[in-house]
Amino acid sequence: MNPSDLAVRMAPWLYTVVLFAIWEAAVRVFAVPAFFLPPPSTIARAIYDYWPAIWRNSLFTLWATVIGFALAVGFGLLLGLLVGWSRSIYAGLYPLMIGFNAIPKVAVVPILVLWYGIGFVPAVLTAFLISFFPIVVNVATGLATIEPELEDVLKALGASKLDIMRKVGIPRTLPYFFGSLKVAITLAFVGSVISESIASNYGIGNLMQQAYAQFQVPLIFAGLIALAVEGIVMYWAMAALERHMTGWAQRSGFAQT
Amino acid sequence: MSAFVALDRVSHAYGGAAGTGTLAVAELTLGIEEGEFAAVVGPSGCGKSTLMKLATGLQFPFAGVVRVAGEPVRRPVKIAGMAFQAPTLLPWRTTLANLLLPLEIVEPHRHAIRRKKAEYVARAEALLASVGLGGQGSKYPWELSGGMQQRTSLCRALIHEPALLMLDEPFAALDAFTREELWCVIRDLHAARRITVILVTHDLREAVFLADRVFVMSARPGRIVVERPIAFARPRDLDITFTAEFQAIVHELREHIVRARQ
Repeated sequence: MNPSDLAVRMAPWLYTVVLFAIWEAAVRVFAVPAFFLPPPSTIARAIYDYWPAIWRNSLFTLWATVIGFALAVGFGLLLGLLVGWSRSIYAGLYPLMIGFNAIPKVAVVPILVLWYGIGFVPAVLTAFLISFFPIVVNVATGLATIEPELEDVLKALGASKLDIMRKVGIPRTLPYFFGSLKVAITLAFVGSVISESIASNYGIGNLMQQAYAQFQVPLIFAGLIALAVEGIVMYWAMAALERHMTGWAQRSGFAQT
Repeated sequence: MSAFVALDRVSHAYGGAAGTGTLAVAELTLGIEEGEFAAVVGPSGCGKSTLMKLATGLQFPFAGVVRVAGEPVRRPVKIAGMAFQAPTLLPWRTTLANLLLPLEIVEPHRHAIRRKKAEYVARAEALLASVGLGGQGSKYPWELSGGMQQRTSLCRALIHEPALLMLDEPFAALDAFTREELWCVIRDLHAARRITVILVTHDLREAVFLADRVFVMSARPGRIVVERPIAFARPRDLDITFTAEFQAIVHELREHIVRARQ
């Protein structure tokens, strides 16, 4: 490994450490009260003190998020293929989907609670509802941008629409699809935490609400850090999946310098 | 005896039936013999690409009859191979796998491809070798130069041994030297296979060098205004493009197009 590769590998850790160092220093220099903005050292202490609760609730949130996300992947892929399949389905469904996506999911949670009670199910469904849209849009875009010439080449050979979908449409959609998973997984966390904050007895969202009620500001921040870590880990997993599945689409050296 | 590809008083419009849409071609009549190399030239937007779509059964005219191999065209003809200005290769497939794509689609190959895979791969490799791409089959399209990609695209158009090859400005995006190289590739493929070729192009030298007959189309709505036989003996060498006789034909065609634009 040459020095510049090492620098690239270490950069994320270095930047994170520097960020926290600046934060710590700023809080101390300006004497910011801990109930306003706690320094990272105090947050670390809170994470240590409340570790069992943070760990348990993190797993709970992770579960709700991953299940909601998995539903979004399945449903988003199907709906994206359907929308990309025909112009009339596209024309009919697209405004509905945009309208649905524009609804703040925080407003949907009470309805879900009405249907399913508080707890796990609303968290899963909120994660699902908030994260399927980017998947649908990306899959449909991949299908809509098939080169017309290529379509002509295949149609002239007697290819059916299903043939073109199988041989060209779906493979060329995969980079868009896997790209959208990175967006969708982080949105799914937003959804599950919103739901937990409003209507659950478990999860990081609920933990933060309780900490807020008891004015334990460092614990609120500890919850935020836990969410950030989970988000990074899942994003990284999706990025790795993307590289593994669609390496052919990532040959640009543009971002590698 | 009618021609291999025959268009008889064909009119076609986009965006509506007769009278409502813009006419792309009107009263277009054209006959191309089996094994002939025909070139179609004309001003931009004269409906050259429409002609290709009509002759392959991708579009159907609202008036007139299109016949290919004696049959009226009512569906995609399946005996045609097509290549365009953009190579449109699939980036997730190797060059060889790109070549096999038509065989996965067209009858009767699509039902035999599992069984006779080795035979088809051998055929694809032989075809690649014949255009100077021997041993390049395992490369991905982006690892090939523009000219090599276009050769691959030509091979893909030929792999299912079509009786008719349709070329829509296939060399327009290439540099001059690569273009002339590919003229020779096409010339040799045509000579070896006795295939019927329809080449749509803007390049008059290309048309005169390659074709047995050059058809000049009018401005939109397109129809044939001039039909110019090219009598140079085959096989033709690139050197003929520098002869006075060749230049005279190019100039003559150019005059026709200038007039057609007005």
